[in-house]
Amino acid sequence: MKYENYIKLEFPARSTNESFARGAIACFAAQLDPTLEELGDIRTAVSEAVTNAIVHAYPDELGRIMIRARILEDNKLELVVRDWGRGIEDINKAMEPMFTTGGAERSGMGFTIMESFMDKLRVKSAPGRGTTVTMLRSIRCKKSLH
Amino acid sequence: MKISTAYENGRLTVRLSGELDHHGARGSMSEVDRLIDHRLPHDLFLDLSGLSFMDSSGIALILRIHKRMRELDGRLWVINPTAQPQRVIDAAGIDRLVPISNGVREVTT
Repeated sequence: MKYENYIKLEFPARSTNESFARGAIACFAAQLDPTLEELGDIRTAVSEAVTNAIVHAYPDELGRIMIRARILEDNKLELVVRDWGRGIEDINKAMEPMFTTGGAERSGMGFTIMESFMDKLRVKSAPGRGTTVTMLRSIRCKKSLH
Repeated sequence: MKISTAYENGRLTVRLSGELDHHGARGSMSEVDRLIDHRLPHDLFLDLSGLSFMDSSGIALILRIHKRMRELDGRLWVINPTAQPQRVIDAAGIDRLVPISNGVREVTT
């Protein structure tokens, strides 16, 4: 796919990196001139995907998380959040609202929120080999709003 | 994440400020649990006006407080969410369980 710009970030799966990750991606996305609401949606979706990797992919070890953000043609932002952790056995089950294996600390709404805030969400996973979450969001050109 | 509180006549107000994510939520649930155990309120007002960010960790916190308040025959009210937390609340659909209101003034210290 043709892209106009990209960044790649890699960091250890520590919860202190959640706010860094969504902040960094929001900074990168700012060049698309998004509205505050669009920027909020992007920060939220990144936070959900990164938190999933921290909580579920690496329960007993400090693994790594990679994010690639690309700006595609027609003001589209593509986000890929990848881990090399435990993987998801049943993706459909994991994506059901309110389903969680994370206990009372988690709501089970992470994928539901990613799905509702992004235009497209794709989850690929294999037990023992990690998970890749790909999200796509069109940013409305502010000029066309006037 | 910062928590400030006020209590008067069975009404406990808990005001959250900063960013409520998985990292920030970790300590706050035990803090809110402790406050509920100490005050045993009839009504708990969870004031989100100071939050600059909230993700589904905030939904887990709200649902947990809702459950605890029901055990006490009390009620949780979520008040004054800013725009981004409001969108997360809407996407999660928890307004069916917990009343969410704007423009409520509660005094916190």
